[in-house]
Amino acid sequence: MKRLFPILSILTAGLLAYATYQALAVAPTDAQQGDVYRIIYYHVPSAWTAFLLFFINFIASIQYLANTKESTQRAAKWIVIGVGVLGVFVTFLPQVQQQLVAAGMRPSALATTVLCIPAFYFLVGRLFPGQRLDVLGVTTAEVGVVFCTIVLVTGPIWARPVWGIWWAPGDIRLTSTLVLWLIYVSYLVLRRFSQSAQTQMLAAALAVFGALDVPLVYFSIWFFRTQHPQPVIGGGGSMDPRMLQVLLISWMAFLCFAFLVCWSRFRLELLHREIEEAHAMESLVGAGVAAKASLPLGRSSP
Amino acid sequence: MNALWAVTLATLVKDIRLEWRSKDALNSMLFFSLLVVVIFVFSFDPLAEESRHIVGGLVWVAFLFAAVVALNQTWARELHNQVLDAYRVSPAPANALFLAKVLGNFLLVSVLEALMTPLFVIFYNLRVLGPAWQLIPIAFLGTWALVVNGTFFAAMSLRTRSREIMLPLLLFPISIPALLGMVAGTTSILTGENSAHFYIVLLLTYDVVFTTACLALFGMILHAE
Repeated sequence: MKRLFPILSILTAGLLAYATYQALAVAPTDAQQGDVYRIIYYHVPSAWTAFLLFFINFIASIQYLANTKESTQRAAKWIVIGVGVLGVFVTFLPQVQQQLVAAGMRPSALATTVLCIPAFYFLVGRLFPGQRLDVLGVTTAEVGVVFCTIVLVTGPIWARPVWGIWWAPGDIRLTSTLVLWLIYVSYLVLRRFSQSAQTQMLAAALAVFGALDVPLVYFSIWFFRTQHPQPVIGGGGSMDPRMLQVLLISWMAFLCFAFLVCWSRFRLELLHREIEEAHAMESLVGAGVAAKASLPLGRSSP
Repeated sequence: MNALWAVTLATLVKDIRLEWRSKDALNSMLFFSLLVVVIFVFSFDPLAEESRHIVGGLVWVAFLFAAVVALNQTWARELHNQVLDAYRVSPAPANALFLAKVLGNFLLVSVLEALMTPLFVIFYNLRVLGPAWQLIPIAFLGTWALVVNGTFFAAMSLRTRSREIMLPLLLFPISIPALLGMVAGTTSILTGENSAHFYIVLLLTYDVVFTTACLALFGMILHAE
């Protein structure tokens, strides 16, 4: 595994360079926005990566909470399977399908998204048993916040010349992304301030609360009209196929980069915990020796 | 189920009695919100027409800050003499304790709101243009939204360093949709320009979702070791 890391690093660097070249030189210039639009090759892949990481964080957190008891673990497993089956079934009901198409969403894309929930749930559960789920939680939250910050910084840079304003307070995706970022920053603050044995449980509970919150934010602002360009994939927006290709290449590069960062952060956190455990063990053993020494002679071994 | 309500009622009555005798939380909250109102009055001096558009936000921000002051004291009482630890080892259901705390805080914040609202009306010369009765469900659901999550996060921040500052850091991001519903709903009733139905439904959904989540997770938070 360790040998794979430098190889993957080189590959990622190459892919990132290629994606930058494609974004700056190969992709056609936008007819209305000019070259300003090219920031989307940075902005959109970061957003997708951040959302993916937060999604993994949510899956890991909910699984961490469910794994505390055998009964909840089993219940969670069946609920996840139920959500997957029922979700796919619902998206293919004729009435729902009509509404989805009217709202500019593709039913097949939605069904695939719904199927991701059980798929990720079992994959994450298989790959990250026990405390590793929590380590995965820390890792994805930290890296996700970084990518989300990139989204929130590059967004206004693009919006200023194109919309004429830095920030549109009533916009649905801007606000939900900002709230998501705030929730995960509070998640990291909670982890920082609570360095006890319960931290994992508290953080996992907060992640679940955050995941419940985001759809509510989304629908609360849905009420207002949104200014953001329509979603490109699975949505009503249209895009030149060459641009889309470059966008997907950029996303691949960003995903590789995120994976690499997550991997090293994951290993760092594991090492950190091992060291902490070793320290705790050492002080325990030390205390044991000290306690034995302080006992009167002849009573150290009953 | 009976045990749950019996314990809830007993804890609630105990909390109310303690609060009645000391009046610590209520007095500090009241004075704090009075200060917030006065500061707002000095900071914004709007015409009657403008004030209808901004008072919804001001009122709820004042209530939010005051509620945080109260919520921070919720669990402090239980830390003296290890009451919380005793509760943890007792067979009483964890959710009974949570419900009692939520109901207690709800009463406290409601009393505060009932006392503060006239002040806002006086200072800002308010006259409601929309259907005023709809302010009641918004106030009820909005207060519940703040209190239910606030009580949960206050229990969470018990386990952290500098817990007083931790509560708003956890509570505010999660409360944003509820706050939006309260503020936008209140404003649309005050100005009478839009219907507030959507916001009432939004607050109701928020309350149902987060009350369920709190009740499902509180046991884990209380017993987390």
